[in-house]
Parts: sequence; structure tokens; C-alpha cells
Amino acid sequence: MTLETDSKHSFGQKHVLDLDSFTKQEITHVLDNTVAMEQVLDREIRKVPALRGKTVVTLFYESSTRTRVSFEQAAKILSADVINVSSGGSSAKKGESLYNTALTIQAMQADIIVIRHPHSGAPHFLARQLKSNIINAGDGTHAHPTQSLLDLYTIRKNIGDIEGKKIVIVGDILYSRVARSNLWGLTKMGARVVICGPQTLIPNDFLNGHRTEEGHPFAGVEVQTDLDTALKDADVIMTLRLQLERQRAGHLPSLREYSQTYGINARRLAIAKDGALVMHPGPMNEGVEIETDIAHGAQSVIEEQVKSGVAVRMSLLYSMAAGQNLEI
Amino acid sequence: MSKSVLIKSGRLIDPASDRDEVADLLIVDGKIEKIGQITSASQSTAVYDADGMIVSPGFIDVHCHLREPGEEYKETIATGTKSAAAGGFTTVCAMPNTNPPIDTRAIVDFVKTKALMEGVIRVLPIGCVTKNSHGKELSEMSELADAGVIGFSDDGKPVSDANIMRQALTYSSSLGLPIINHCEVPELANEASMNEGWVATRLGLKGMPNSAEEVMVARDISLSELTGGKIHLAHISTSGTLDMVRAAKKRGINVTCEVTPHHLTLTDEAVLSIGDENSVFDALTPKAYDTTAKVNPPLRNVADMSVMANGINDGTIDFIATDHAPHSSVDKVCTFQEAAFGISVLETALGSVLSLYHNKKVGLGTIIKKLTADPAAFLGSNLGTLKVGRPADVTVFDLNEEWKVNSSLFLSKGKNTPLDGTLLTGKVKATFYGGEYVYRND
Repeated sequence: MTLETDSKHSFGQKHVLDLDSFTKQEITHVLDNTVAMEQVLDREIRKVPALRGKTVVTLFYESSTRTRVSFEQAAKILSADVINVSSGGSSAKKGESLYNTALTIQAMQADIIVIRHPHSGAPHFLARQLKSNIINAGDGTHAHPTQSLLDLYTIRKNIGDIEGKKIVIVGDILYSRVARSNLWGLTKMGARVVICGPQTLIPNDFLNGHRTEEGHPFAGVEVQTDLDTALKDADVIMTLRLQLERQRAGHLPSLREYSQTYGINARRLAIAKDGALVMHPGPMNEGVEIETDIAHGAQSVIEEQVKSGVAVRMSLLYSMAAGQNLEI
Repeated sequence: MSKSVLIKSGRLIDPASDRDEVADLLIVDGKIEKIGQITSASQSTAVYDADGMIVSPGFIDVHCHLREPGEEYKETIATGTKSAAAGGFTTVCAMPNTNPPIDTRAIVDFVKTKALMEGVIRVLPIGCVTKNSHGKELSEMSELADAGVIGFSDDGKPVSDANIMRQALTYSSSLGLPIINHCEVPELANEASMNEGWVATRLGLKGMPNSAEEVMVARDISLSELTGGKIHLAHISTSGTLDMVRAAKKRGINVTCEVTPHHLTLTDEAVLSIGDENSVFDALTPKAYDTTAKVNPPLRNVADMSVMANGINDGTIDFIATDHAPHSSVDKVCTFQEAAFGISVLETALGSVLSLYHNKKVGLGTIIKKLTADPAAFLGSNLGTLKVGRPADVTVFDLNEEWKVNSSLFLSKGKNTPLDGTLLTGKVKATFYGGEYVYRND
């Protein structure tokens, strides 16, 4: 099995807080190794000793099946010891208890802590306070870097090099940690990114116009409120989950109007390039942001995204522990 | 035998009497006895050599949180007043959002008694506008006034109900005392934890727009015009507020306002904690989401911050107040969203605001005036000046001494400052309260 293990040159992240700190080379490195990890997943005996003797703790303050199980499986296949801690739905827990819980986990000599938390910046807080390596598995409305990595992997696997491809992200960009991490990931990989949604859900402050200094990371990101215009020549359509709370918070008149204006259906899909990929980070509201026949149609890679999740997280865990004679 | 102190050879700056000269200042029995060339002091007179130093009236802080009674783990009247003295303050006004709040004579008396027993400087309580600060019914304002409060405020939160504010302004106008409002429209503030804008969006945090403050400022100015009541706007933070206050003053409306050292000198980028070398576009580090920069109203963007100095210079802003809000580490060592709002300010206030002098934005005399004569005028008191016969509240500071902020050395229990580790220029060397040393750093 050939793997890129020269950690000095290929992967320099102590923590994975978001993709903002990754170089294009580092992202490519993780994606390259994911190919090898997928081969491991196809073996009869799906177990490699790479992380033997390492302890990975998943610390989830929000319910999540997909992401937590995917991390657990990834760590176990790499032979790490895995401890799952969940807050039992008590998201209102005070920071002191997050701090104390984290100290307790560190005292158990956790090498890697995978955290999901409803508050933006919770992983940064742990990284500041603890010695363990921290992986962000979704923090508030800030970031979800491993989801972005698996999205990038899915795109690359299906249509090749991401550079120059037109990716349209549709929906609740303002509150979507997936969209935010993808903005970093996709722009670093050289994609042409268009974001599209109602003005109330566009993070206008984030984009050009509000910051005019040189070096704005999203200077090239295009904002479009008309979906039909946005979809022209699209290689990939990434649609996002619309949280039902948005209507109550006054961001939207109704889900019906949202669906009519921003829902992905057959007519709209036809505007994009032939064979354009349809993606969704899940869980879906079928009939709201995406119609069922599209979600499960020929151009959909939504199930594949889930499948890539384990291999991408294996690759990431491997890279974080790399440089210590790992075998797979 | 009378007790005397001679402060020798300092540069006396007293805006209230237009004084800026090198002179000696003699204090006898707690009062200022004489100013000029003083060579014939008695042998028992203690001498403080202020050569090369600025000698100014003791600073007055119209807005601070001493946390007692109720939250003594954050601050007490003893530690808060020691912290104030170390910052050059000789008078502080204590906000009433204690537990129980200062909404009855008994609590006013408690604060005053504690201050006399354990405090090292003067503490003037502020009373609640409404019972329990619940915003529903007016507190017993006449009794509170009689007990000695200097104004009324539900600070920590706004007086949300416009009719309650109208009644409060009308009722208090006969007492001659101001209503001090923390202007924030709750629906617009949206339970946000920082300023709305690029930084908040970058961090995935909810933002509080300038409008959350400005909509209520507009309301309060209008209600002040309607009632003739005295409205004082606490800790203003936006350029829109400044414009409205400027226009209202021109029209003769009875409005005053204050600004904090942090809104004069810091922006919301402090939350990123990026250091000098990095750009705001760089990757976030584990230092981001700096809870010590979480304060309400939030630190605004550079456009808002930079116009505050203009407001000081043209008199739109009446004075500088600290909004000293000490917290324990429990309140700040947590995620940004659950962290408490507030900065421990008293000991860094002078060094912060002097950066405006060193950067040639505001004159030294103006800065001192905004810490002394102007808050004294707001209080209608005879404090804040070095005139002969007045209480000998005197602050001596070195205008040019550089020092590194080390919050672990604060006398305040609150170590919560975004300035920890930064260099400030200008340091308090001695503080006299009623002619006695209450702080000395030689």
C-alpha cells in the first residue's frame, strides 16, 4: 500500500478546526490517501494497525448518527481505541462543564478528540485548553471541515480535478457550517464558486464588498439570488438542508415559497451542465430543498458522500498520527 | 496636629480651572490648601516628588460594576475600589445590577456603608429605574434619591418598554436626576454575542447590528424631548448614535452620553485574537473566539471606533466611563456563546485612553477633562478639580511610562481583559483620596 507519510511536507495540522488552515497540498494529500483507505474498506478483513495504542474520543454535544458513527468506524478500522462520550442532549451545559469534561478526557490520555458542539468555536476552545489533537466534527454555525473534505473527495472522484469547475451552493448559506467549510475548501482547490439563496440567508458580510483589502479569500465567490441564472453551466449543485427554524425566525415567508424559488427539480437540473452532480450533506428535507426523484436520481451522489465519509476520516486520522511508522 | 502632604514639582493639569503648569500642591487635612511655589512646608509634611509627572484631579467613573451584594466571587466593594484607586480613580458610581439590585433604600445604605467600611475611595450608588430591574414598574425613585443615588439605571439591560421610559423620565425630572439607559432593542440584538459584521460571520457567531443600539437611542432622545427628562446614554458604540446625539444637543435636548476606553480603542477584530503579524484573512487559530473581548455593547468595526475620538473632541461625548465589568474565570473560560459580557477596565483605562493622546487624536487636557471635570459636572458635584478648598482627590501619573498589562496582577478580582500582554503607555504612580495615599507605585 503506498501512502504519503512525509508529514513535514504533506500534512502539518496539529488540529483540524476548519479548512481555512489547510493548504491545497494538504487537502490533496488527504484526498490522495482516501483512495488507499477506500481500498482498505474493500478488503475482506477491514482492519489495519495504523493507530494501534492510540485513543480517540468522540465528544458529541449534538445528536448525530452519521458523523459520529463514521468517525468511530474510521478509528476502529485503524485499530484505535474509541471512547464515545455524548452529552445526553444537554446542549445547555455550561462551559465550565465542557472544560471539566475535556480535562477529564485528556486525563484519560486521549490522543485525538473529535468534538461536535452547538457553539461556534468550541473546538478552538478545546484546542486552546488541551494538549490532545482536536478534530472539529461540526461547531455551531461555523465549520464542518470533514464534511467538506468528503464533498471534495466525492467531486474529485466523479468529475476529476476540482480546479476551474463551477460549483453552485444553494440554500441557507448563512447558517450552514457545511457551506462555510466548503467555501474554504472549494476556493483553495481553485473551483469557481457561486452561492445562491434568499438574501436573508446569504452571509453578505463574509463576501467581497465589505472587506476591500487585498487577499480576501472569497474575492472570487459569486453571489446570485436567481437560481436559474446561477445553475447555468454548473458542474456541481450542492444543496443544503433548510432548517425549519428559519421560517419562524422571519428569514423566509414559507417553506413552500422557498421550495418554489430554490428547490432543485428536474427543470432546474436541466439548466446545469449535462451530467452535473447533485450533492446534499444530509439529512434531506425531500420536497423542500430537493425533489425526491432528483435526490435518488442518476445524477445524485448523495449516498456516495456518506460512503466516502469513513475513508476520508480514516485518511485524516492517519495523517494526524503520521510519522510514527504507521502501517496499513 | 494637622496632616499634610506636599506634591512637589509636578505638571498640574486641572481643566476645571484652566490650569496647566508646573507647580507644587499642598494638601492639609484632606483638602487642597495651596498651589504654587511652596518652599515652607512644615517638617511633618510628607513630600511626594512628582517631577516629570502629571498631577491631575482624581478620576471619576460614572459607570462601573462592583458586583456587591450578590456576586462577591466576581468583585467586592473592597477589591473594586482598590482596583479603581490603582487606575487613578477616586470616585466611582456603582451600577445597581447586583443581587439584590439597588432598588430600595436598604441596599443603597448597604452599599454606602460597605464603601465607608471597606472601600478605599468614594462610591456613589446608582438606583434601579424599575423594581428589580424587571422593566415593569418604576422603583421608589424619590426614596432612592433621598438615600443618595446619583441617577437611575437598569444597566445590563435596557428599559425596553417605551412607556415605562417615558414615565421614568417624567418622574425623575422633578428629582433632577438622570435616567441612564443601556440602549439595546432586544429583538434586534437577537441574543447575539458580538458585533454584526465580517468578523461575526467569519466566526459563525450571531451579530448585534448597530441598529440594535441606534433604534433605542432615537426613541430615548425623542422621549427626552417629549418629557424634558434627563437622558444619559451609557457606553455608546456606533457612529449613528454619535450623529443622533450631536443633532439632539444642537436642538437643545437634555441628552448626555459616555464612551468606554474599549470602544475608543478596540474593534471586533479583537475577538479573532490574531496578533500583529497576521491578517484578518488568515486561518483562525486556537486563540480565536477570545471571550475576554466579549462585551456589551460589542466592540464595533474600525469606522465606528475611529469616530468616537471626534465625539470626544467636539463635545458630543460628555465623558469617558469604564463600564468596568469584572468576571471570574468560570464566566469566561468557556465557549464564546456562553461567556459573560464584560471587561475588567479600571486598571487599564488611563493607559488605553492615553493612546489617543500619543496617536495625536485627542489632546491631553481634553482626556483629563473627560475623566474629571466633565463627569463631575454630570454629577453636579464639586469634585474633579484641584481648586483650593476642595477635597484632595489627586492622581499622579507618568504620561510616557510603557508597561505590559498583566491581568494576574490586577487588584480587581476580574482578570478579564483583552489587553493582557499588550503594551500601554502611561501609568498611574499615585492616587490620593482625601489627601491619603490609596495607591502608590514607585
